[in-house]
Amino acid sequence: MTGLIDIPMIWAFIIAFAVFVYVVMDGFDLGLGMLFPLFPHKRDRDVMMNSVAPVWDGNETWLVLGGGGLFAAFPLAYAVLMPALYTPMIAMLIGLVFRGVAFEFRWRSQRERNRWDVAFAGGSLLAALAQGIALGAILQGVHVEGRAYAGGWWDWLTPFSVLTGIALVIGYALLGATWLVMKTTGDLREKAYHLSWWLLFAMLAAIGTVSLATPFLDVEYARRWFTWPNILFTAPVPIAVAAVTALLLRSLALRQDYRPFFLALALFALSYAGLGISMYPYIVPRSITIWQGAAPHNSQVFMLVGVAVLVPIILAYTAWAYWVFRGKVDPESGYH
Amino acid sequence: MFDGFDAVVLARAQFAFTMSFHIVFPAFSIGLASYLAVLEALWLWSGREVFINLFNYWLKIFAIAFGMGVVSGVVMSYQFGTNWAAFSDKTGPVIGPLMAYEVLTAFFLEAGFLGVMLFGLKRVGPKLHFLATLMVAIGTLVSAFWILSANSWMQTPTGHTVNAAGQFITADWWKVIFNPSFPYRLVHMVLAAYLTTALVVGAVGAFHLLRDSKREGPRVMFSMAMWMAAIVAPIQIFAGDQHGLNTLEHQPVKVMAMEGHYQSHPDGAPLILFGLPDQTDATVKYAIQIPKLSSLILKHSLDAPLAGLDTVPRQDWPPVPITFWSFRIMVGLGFLMMGLGLFSLWLRWRGRLYDSRPLHYFAMAMGPAGFIAVLAGWITTETGRQPFTVYGLLRTADSVSPLAAPAVASSLIAFVIVYFLLFSAGIVYILRLMAEPPHHGEEGPRGDAPTRAAGITPASGTTAARGQGAA
Repeated sequence: MTGLIDIPMIWAFIIAFAVFVYVVMDGFDLGLGMLFPLFPHKRDRDVMMNSVAPVWDGNETWLVLGGGGLFAAFPLAYAVLMPALYTPMIAMLIGLVFRGVAFEFRWRSQRERNRWDVAFAGGSLLAALAQGIALGAILQGVHVEGRAYAGGWWDWLTPFSVLTGIALVIGYALLGATWLVMKTTGDLREKAYHLSWWLLFAMLAAIGTVSLATPFLDVEYARRWFTWPNILFTAPVPIAVAAVTALLLRSLALRQDYRPFFLALALFALSYAGLGISMYPYIVPRSITIWQGAAPHNSQVFMLVGVAVLVPIILAYTAWAYWVFRGKVDPESGYH
Repeated sequence: MFDGFDAVVLARAQFAFTMSFHIVFPAFSIGLASYLAVLEALWLWSGREVFINLFNYWLKIFAIAFGMGVVSGVVMSYQFGTNWAAFSDKTGPVIGPLMAYEVLTAFFLEAGFLGVMLFGLKRVGPKLHFLATLMVAIGTLVSAFWILSANSWMQTPTGHTVNAAGQFITADWWKVIFNPSFPYRLVHMVLAAYLTTALVVGAVGAFHLLRDSKREGPRVMFSMAMWMAAIVAPIQIFAGDQHGLNTLEHQPVKVMAMEGHYQSHPDGAPLILFGLPDQTDATVKYAIQIPKLSSLILKHSLDAPLAGLDTVPRQDWPPVPITFWSFRIMVGLGFLMMGLGLFSLWLRWRGRLYDSRPLHYFAMAMGPAGFIAVLAGWITTETGRQPFTVYGLLRTADSVSPLAAPAVASSLIAFVIVYFLLFSAGIVYILRLMAEPPHHGEEGPRGDAPTRAAGITPASGTTAARGQGAA
């Protein structure tokens, strides 16, 4: 193995970072879409949608960076994973198309508003489910021969991938609910509080189930987590999950505005770190390592320069856009 | 064997379909973003209300078109991997970074400032808002820069070597980015986007002038659009010619297909105006041609020899009938656009720009011409480089994913249904917005929502507009 920190390793972190930022940003956005059916009143839906309308497009750009970055920095992994995840990927894209167009379409027609609300909710659910399934399919490993995917087009569908699909749906819904707690007022906020409780318990159950199921996928995962001395590095993850959960329960009990959302994100971050621990050093589990999948050195260096300069700038103006639309969405005086 | 062939055809059909739908939205929003920046600049500079009304009018349309462009674009960014995995593995090290730079320098810029541009005028004030509009406009142009660089490299690859795994790797980034066809393609495409937008704006202006030639909004937009058509269309024809000469130098086979030259002409090739190219017989049937003109255009000499497809192995032939006809559609529309521009100049000089019905009908008929020309041009260049994805180096048949034909077929059907369903709805909404003339105190994208009676317009007349909105 090459040294721990080299260019491919940095790129693996960058891709992981892009995907995580995507999860952080689009998670609540998709989650809020999935919660639409539980908020039947037009006024609530207007507020919900307006709370993300100015930023959703930027949120999804991180998904494009994740995909585009994988294509550029790990072309072999991209070329193997995309055909392996063909159906979930296409389903995710179609879901994103449905929900994406709804942002503008629902304001353009009184009569067809309901239809676009269904498209928004359904598209969000489909995209979230497909992402979760894709995640599970990656974790369980894909069949590779030479430099290409060699499995069938239904290989992704297993009880485990369905489990991760449902888990991600629940997790995004929790992010959506806590986002609403932060961004709204009145009855809408009350309802979001109430939902956050239930979704938190569901998410804890989901985290538990996925964590228990993963070691059974492969002995390597079990060895990674439960053998000495690895356990010194892995044990802090579940301990931190317990601590964050306690804080989250407390902040919900205290009916705080901002903390539940950020603590829910912390839960995501910890689950994500756990995922990283399981997958390392593979980019396609048990087939292609980070180094085998890496693009040639000069391609990675050429992009690294761009990332080093541009990502901080991007984060700065993204933060500015969120700042411009900060605070509660007021349904009375108008948001925009 | 036959299965493999089917999957290739289906994957190509899927790429062509999703790309054709996608390309019309950026083509429109590149031009419209710049137009919006100009309108807002004029408003800030002159303080005239008509400019902010036009800005808000077109902003609503921009919001819908941009949204459709984004979602259909996300599909494209994953399509390389899902359907063209072998291509992705081999070319990722070269064109992947170009696309990554597109995301980093363009997509984020557009997306980051779009929210402020659409909804933030009241929150950030006119000057910062103008900055946001400008950033979105610049973002669309930067995006065109990178994606056309990647596309051009596939057409005229330079600056690369091949490694042991069969991947293209970059030897010289400068040569990869500024490959021989890139400057020509970039100019041609950006001008096409500006013309497309000008024709749409002109058609909408003409539509409202036909009903009432005294309205200020339609008059201003129509006049601006006709200036664009008159100035840009001739420049575009010149740029297209230069692009064609560049293609002759680097992709001569594509030019043979565009011209329908199955045979070599050692002493002066004719310009085939129309005809039916027959790929099996390798002739153009019922050809109407002007002797020696093709040699004059391409080589600037009546008797210059021009090689034909008979000098190229048959397995390397592009599908001539498609390339031949799509090229003629594009060129024909280009000359019609110039005709519209010149006609408008003449009527403007005569002082009849706003009340000449023939001009307005002509402009309305030309409304969709830009989109059709962009699609035809794209089809010309993409079919003309077949049967290769990386010209001369990587065959299309060797680029596809190892997928079963039913998988590709079902996703193709899904995309066809979803795109027609959603994008036709979007186009209807856009046309509905266009059917209304720009009003005094026009509101932005959320102005029509009852919960948001407070408009975003700082200009005078907002109160009146609120009254209208509530009514």
